[in-house]
Amino acid sequence: MTFQAPPPPAVVLTDLSRGFAGKTVLDHVSLQIPSGQFVALLGESGSGKTTLLRALADLDDEAEASGTFETPESVSVLFQDARLLPWLSVLDNLVLGLRRPDGRAAARALLEAVGLGDKADVWPDTLSGGQKQRAALARSLLREPALLLADEPFGALDALTRLRMQALLHDLVRRRRPTVVLVTHDVDEALLLADRILVLKDGQIAEDHVVRIAHPRAAHHPDFIALRSRLLASLGVVAGTV
Amino acid sequence: MTDLAVRTLDSRAAAQAARPASARARKSARRLTPARLPPGLRLLGPVLLLVGWEGASRLGFLSPYTLAAPSTALATGYEMIADGSLLPHLLASAGRAYSGLVLGVVVGVLLALASGLTRSGEALIDGLVQIKRAVPTLALIPLAIIWLGIGEAMKVFLIFTAVLVPIYVNTHAALRGIDIRHVELARTLGLTRGEFIAKVALPGALPGFFVALRLAVALCWTALVVLELVNTQTGIGYLMNRARDWGQTDIIVVGILIYAALGLASDAVVRAVERRVLSYRRGLGA
Ligand SMILES: Nc1ncnc2c1ncn2[C@@H]1O[C@H](COP(=O)(O)OP(=O)(O)O)[C@@H](O)[C@H]1O
Ligand SMILES: [Mg+2]
Repeated sequence: MTFQAPPPPAVVLTDLSRGFAGKTVLDHVSLQIPSGQFVALLGESGSGKTTLLRALADLDDEAEASGTFETPESVSVLFQDARLLPWLSVLDNLVLGLRRPDGRAAARALLEAVGLGDKADVWPDTLSGGQKQRAALARSLLREPALLLADEPFGALDALTRLRMQALLHDLVRRRRPTVVLVTHDVDEALLLADRILVLKDGQIAEDHVVRIAHPRAAHHPDFIALRSRLLASLGVVAGTV
Repeated sequence: MTDLAVRTLDSRAAAQAARPASARARKSARRLTPARLPPGLRLLGPVLLLVGWEGASRLGFLSPYTLAAPSTALATGYEMIADGSLLPHLLASAGRAYSGLVLGVVVGVLLALASGLTRSGEALIDGLVQIKRAVPTLALIPLAIIWLGIGEAMKVFLIFTAVLVPIYVNTHAALRGIDIRHVELARTLGLTRGEFIAKVALPGALPGFFVALRLAVALCWTALVVLELVNTQTGIGYLMNRARDWGQTDIIVVGILIYAALGLASDAVVRAVERRVLSYRRGLGA
């Protein structure tokens, strides 16, 4: 029998600290994320979720920084606002900066897959919020990233649209298997989508749960319910008080 | 009595409540931002002014020595067109204004790009343009005459310097005011500097540039009026100046009307181009 080494982790944080104006936001966070894992990052507002994600995306020049992190070469970021450039057509937004010879064809195919097949040539500002976010999702997946960083990407959408987007994200991610870090404040979203759920608190990872519930997940699954009340409690919400 | 009043009030309130909510919402939206004017309606003010002016002349409130009636001016203008005495002057004026405008726009944009996109450019250029901005164009006339003489070069140069400033200031501000979220996006998409400038920075600055262009178009005609009062033998300004010596207010009015028409037409052209180029923007009269 040959010994098979486990695949190297896709993301490694070692003693990662970030602060602003002397105030510590991330306090020596160490974390390993295996390749292909879907991680949801929960935490109260202001707990440093965005700070962590922006550190991984290399977008935090202004922060006081220490510690190290490793990420794969190809990283895509999905912002809460879709960030489509209003002066480029939807298709041109998707292929912006894309270095693939078949870029435009691949972009059209992906637009089809997110249900925007007929919107390739329109201005982004003619799209609804949900459609914009679908285009942004298509743009980030078109790069076939090894790591997808998403910061509350569905936070600004209405409840129904959010459910559809979650299903779409799950579907697309399962086919391509990038490593995902999804920041969310929505416990159910984390429970529906993630292989692993982290809770950020006082600058550190306070909870780390692997979710073994099979897909498609149902909110009435006993494990779902148990984990949900546990997560809510750690977020300072006592379930059943409303 | 009171009973009746109450009931009337009640029924009015009920009628109000019964009105569809969408109609009410649409009405209040209209109150917050004025609806777009139908194209011709912008001319309402000018037309009223002309009618009042003509009326005052006909009724004898305005002597032709003070101000000619618009109808007289139109007749004079028509004659001058017909006998070919107007066109050379018109061409001379337009040539000066648009040469200065084109030079000013090209150089202003180049300076704004250099200063808006590079640090050394900003260090070199921005202070200079801000100083130029503080000096009125007319204050440069004596120097320009010493350097360039009293001919065409001097006039084009002065229009150029007048136009340069608003073009530079607005385009530069638009480039510097780029949406930081777009910069972040460009970084995460791994854009090269060239791609960033072409696809993000320049398109983002275009609305600011068009504001500048409309200012510049108005300004080139304004500067021209003054410059054509200085030693020329051609141009609308020259015609008006000569007419002053002879007390021909009708020709002066013709000149004013031509300046107005050219200014309005130029502005309309810029706005039409702007609407096409910025067609991705919806809403507020853009
Ligand atoms: N650019 C910044 N400058 C100063 N303070 C910041 C900056 N970004 C984040 N912070 C602070 O860091 C803390 C964590 O913020 P953030 O990571 O956005 O939280 P979360 O995304 O979990 O809501 C907050 O107290 C916030 O005010
Ligand atoms: Mg956040």
